Amino acid sequence: MPMPADEIERMIKAALPDAEVYITDLAGDGDHYRAQVISEAFRGLSRVRQHQLVYAALGGQVGGALHALALETAPPETA
Amino acid sequence: MSDTELSNAIDRIKQDIAGNDVVLYMKGTPNFPQCGFSGQVAKILSYLEVPYKGVNVLEDPDIREGVKQYANWPTIPQLYVKGEFVGGCDIVREMFQSGELIDQFKASGVPVKDPRQG
Repeated sequence: MPMPADEIERMIKAALPDAEVYITDLAGDGDHYRAQVISEAFRGLSRVRQHQLVYAALGGQVGGALHALALETAPPETA
Repeated sequence: MSDTELSNAIDRIKQDIAGNDVVLYMKGTPNFPQCGFSGQVAKILSYLEVPYKGVNVLEDPDIREGVKQYANWPTIPQLYVKGEFVGGCDIVREMFQSGELIDQFKASGVPVKDPRQG
């Protein structure tokens, strides 16, 4: 079952309320997305830990309902 | 899959990543990847001439599930260097583009071709 982009955004923001989330539907099929997520929660964490936070926010959907989610994560840039 | 099968699979994963400097859990084999994401990582490793052990999770459902649990990571491919989980396709690609991947191989004493040098 494909997952709508706004549902992905909602789940990420539920877990990371300060997050800026940009989602691109790569194939137009509701099944291959790129998500760019910016959140203060990522600061100081390894990339693996940053992605694990997003996967946890998506509650086990990645690898299942969400077949392909290309993920880019970063803390907000400091001025 | 029973708890015993899972814990046996995790034991085998621990042995593999302890006994090999670089291990890639992937769909398909280094020469014949069966998934675009696995193929991208295999291509990066072969471009850098890094020796590695490829484990085809499609041939072993216990390992396929075990490696997801072991790393708390929901997808394949997964790259391990010196027993440590480095990342999946997105992270490995980002690290390759930034040069961090080559630095990590060098710091771990893994032979790597550095395309930044002539």
